[in-house]
Amino acid sequence: MNEQTVKNLKTQVLSNQEITPGYFRMRILAPGYPKSALPGQFVMVRVQRSLPPLLRRPFGIFRTGVLPPDCEGLPGKEYLEILYKVVGRGTEILRDLHQGDRIEVLGPLGRGFTASLDGREQILVGGGIGLVPLYMLARELVKTSKVRLYMGGRTREDILCVTEFDRLGVETYVSTDDGSLGEQGFVTQALERRLAQGPGALVYACGPMPMLDAVQKICRAKDVELQVSLEALMACGVGACLGCVVMGEGHSEETPRYLCSCKEGPVFDARELAWQRLDMENDYCEGCAS
Amino acid sequence: MTAIKPDLSVEVAGLVLKNPVMPASGTFGYGAEYAPFFDLNDLGAIVTKGLSLKPKAGNPTPRIAETEGGMLNAIGLQNVGIDAFIREKVPLLGTLSTPVIANFFGNSLEEYGEVADRLSNIPEIAAAELNISCPNVKKGGIVFGTDPKAAAEVVSLVRRRFSKPLIVKLTPNVTDIALMAKAVEEAGADALCCINTITGMSIDVHTRRPRLANTTGGLSGPAIRPVAVRMVYQAAKAVSIPVIGVGGIMKAEDALEFLIAGATAVQVGTANFIDPCAMVEIIRGLEAFCVARNIGRIRDLTGSVLIQ
Repeated sequence: MNEQTVKNLKTQVLSNQEITPGYFRMRILAPGYPKSALPGQFVMVRVQRSLPPLLRRPFGIFRTGVLPPDCEGLPGKEYLEILYKVVGRGTEILRDLHQGDRIEVLGPLGRGFTASLDGREQILVGGGIGLVPLYMLARELVKTSKVRLYMGGRTREDILCVTEFDRLGVETYVSTDDGSLGEQGFVTQALERRLAQGPGALVYACGPMPMLDAVQKICRAKDVELQVSLEALMACGVGACLGCVVMGEGHSEETPRYLCSCKEGPVFDARELAWQRLDMENDYCEGCAS
Repeated sequence: MTAIKPDLSVEVAGLVLKNPVMPASGTFGYGAEYAPFFDLNDLGAIVTKGLSLKPKAGNPTPRIAETEGGMLNAIGLQNVGIDAFIREKVPLLGTLSTPVIANFFGNSLEEYGEVADRLSNIPEIAAAELNISCPNVKKGGIVFGTDPKAAAEVVSLVRRRFSKPLIVKLTPNVTDIALMAKAVEEAGADALCCINTITGMSIDVHTRRPRLANTTGGLSGPAIRPVAVRMVYQAAKAVSIPVIGVGGIMKAEDALEFLIAGATAVQVGTANFIDPCAMVEIIRGLEAFCVARNIGRIRDLTGSVLIQ
């Protein structure tokens, strides 16, 4: 984390639109973010000043950008965007915000993806709202590498913003559990087929824990480097509360190795984590925290 | 007429603090986590995460759950241990001008004593806060904190081995806080800190599972504030040593409530998670209140509650 740039912005909503049923895309005025936010980083959003909810909610940064200058020739407004699924009280309040409403954003936080730009093919794997942190990464990777995206969801409504990846020049493959869009089946089947073709590639993944675990097994079997972005319940986002820890490889009672998802993550090299002991039922998802 | 800048300084256990606001242990890491957001020297003091002799892994996840106006936590006193603390955390803390208070706990009387010895030898540590009140680990102190005899025993042992100011943090999970406060004062504490979290539990009705892996946890946040204010009031009446009030302080007005109830200083916990600059804003708010009310010295508010 670039600590110099972390700050609590008291800012406002620029737009908030439903993109597929239950999923929203919010644009927030965020001076500095286009320069400071790195792919895979997140923000802690205070949805309103009154209770509830008490705690902020973590959301992955989907993208940053600058609006065109207005007619008076003033510099364009810098913004960030989050995507979220309405799953609880926090996201219900977010859903009801409109242009001009006040919002607080703490960030950019966490350790993002490390792009390896050595000419190898770059493979992104996203499950549902797990697509969020992959867009900014793709935007970097396409500058030097061939990039493929494997995007999965339960139904077509869980497949978000794929055309925006197309526009970057990313080759996208879609699969859904019910076959309502793309191939029927799990996204991991398509990944497995691709890796079976060899040769070297790098994989970056974000999505539900069972999907990440499957991706990690596939990559381990093929000896392919993998970075995963995890989702966790967290209170502070800055490494103080220790609520969001995950077990690191080699953890034991005597030699504790808990890693903070907020500070040492949310992106981890898959080999850093004790996969057999991670909680696979966790479905609190950054980008869709309640 | 120009307003005179009010004197926000207070004295706790022999420590002179420039203002009465400090973080609650466990909500502020070891200080460095919040250094990007404001000058740590603006605080009355820094209180570290609870330290133990050996590193401690803490509890399995989920460790936190939000409730109505509060949060449950069962972190389990995860900490780097006293050796790593000295090696990795003390150097930054040593650069601060504001006093550093080390919170600590042990699994046994011997461990409490050993950590106290180690802390005695750290010149950067101005005072210690003895935790006999963590509700989330069996031996994390609560066995000492709920029985006046056991509490007096651990406090007097630590007192003999630690000569700098000693603050004792009490649990609210007792029937009579005044009794505990008196026992700890008689055993040699220089100040009290009330309250630690209140034991609580929350269940996901869909899975029928507790929302914390530890089943129960400690409730903090604005939901507990009235309980904390009541206990600070009762404890302060029972003892003559200073009381540090803590429990659900989100804004300056909440801090004032504790001071008026009898606290000499306050700690801010959960609010740090929601706004990293919460304490700075509380200090500003205290100053503004004193200016508006023409209060020259904030210490005059302590225990000024008017009861018919």
